[in-house]
Amino acid sequence: MKIVIPSEARDPSCGLKGPSACGLRVTTMPVTTRRAFLAGAAIVSVLPLASARATPEAMAAAIKEVVGGATIREGRVKLDLPPLVENGNVVPLTVSVESPMTPADHVKAVHVFNEKNPQPHVFSARLGPYNGKAVIATRIKLADSQKIVAIAETSSGAFWSASADVIVTLAACIEDVT
Amino acid sequence: MTNVLINAPKTAKPGEIVEIKALILHPMETGFRPGTNGRIIPRDIIERFTATWNGTEIFRMEMSPAIAANPFVSFFAVATESGTISLRWTGDKGFLAEEQVAITVG
Repeated sequence: MKIVIPSEARDPSCGLKGPSACGLRVTTMPVTTRRAFLAGAAIVSVLPLASARATPEAMAAAIKEVVGGATIREGRVKLDLPPLVENGNVVPLTVSVESPMTPADHVKAVHVFNEKNPQPHVFSARLGPYNGKAVIATRIKLADSQKIVAIAETSSGAFWSASADVIVTLAACIEDVT
Repeated sequence: MTNVLINAPKTAKPGEIVEIKALILHPMETGFRPGTNGRIIPRDIIERFTATWNGTEIFRMEMSPAIAANPFVSFFAVATESGTISLRWTGDKGFLAEEQVAITVG
């Protein structure tokens, strides 16, 4: 049973023409001559694409919602991401937290946030002493080169964080055209 | 039928930390992309993934649209007793998928 389908295969406009072409029906332009095509391309390229992107402020607000008034300290968390991402649609990400994972001292939750996707939240995972080690791996989408932040909440109520800067050469197709 | 791929050891020693990997076929449509008709494709994602070991919850994850299509999750668990590991995905449009794998501890 082979079930892995690259996401690019589902959306031919995605991945082939780059982020700015996502969703734009370039192929439907009634283009016959090179001159007409260039004129059309010029119009397309100057269309302002208003984006509903999350901002560093939105990420800070989302983090505050989870953390509350507690202080976040750097350390103990390791965030593994490729520094240079070719395809923003599938970015492997591993979060590992140093913790004995005993009933007295364990990681309760791991949250991951981003700066420039449409929404700042990526995922929240709940853990406990029954996990043995606090390591989570998944694959995420990234709409732009940006900073990713992972925050771990321990059973004692402390918050630890790590961040990573990622360069994305082909962004995930999530542009908002409204 | 939902396609799910689960990778977990069939046997483990008591107290051993085992890795459980799960992959499910799902588009994870973000709700931010325009479709070919120019309209936004409605959001269709898996919102929650839970894992239970003999009925006890061992892992839970809340996903947002930023999780890649065909969500893959890997996590660890301490092998305490033989039984079944049950994985459950729920999401938009009433999406529900459940798979079980057996594990023998001893």
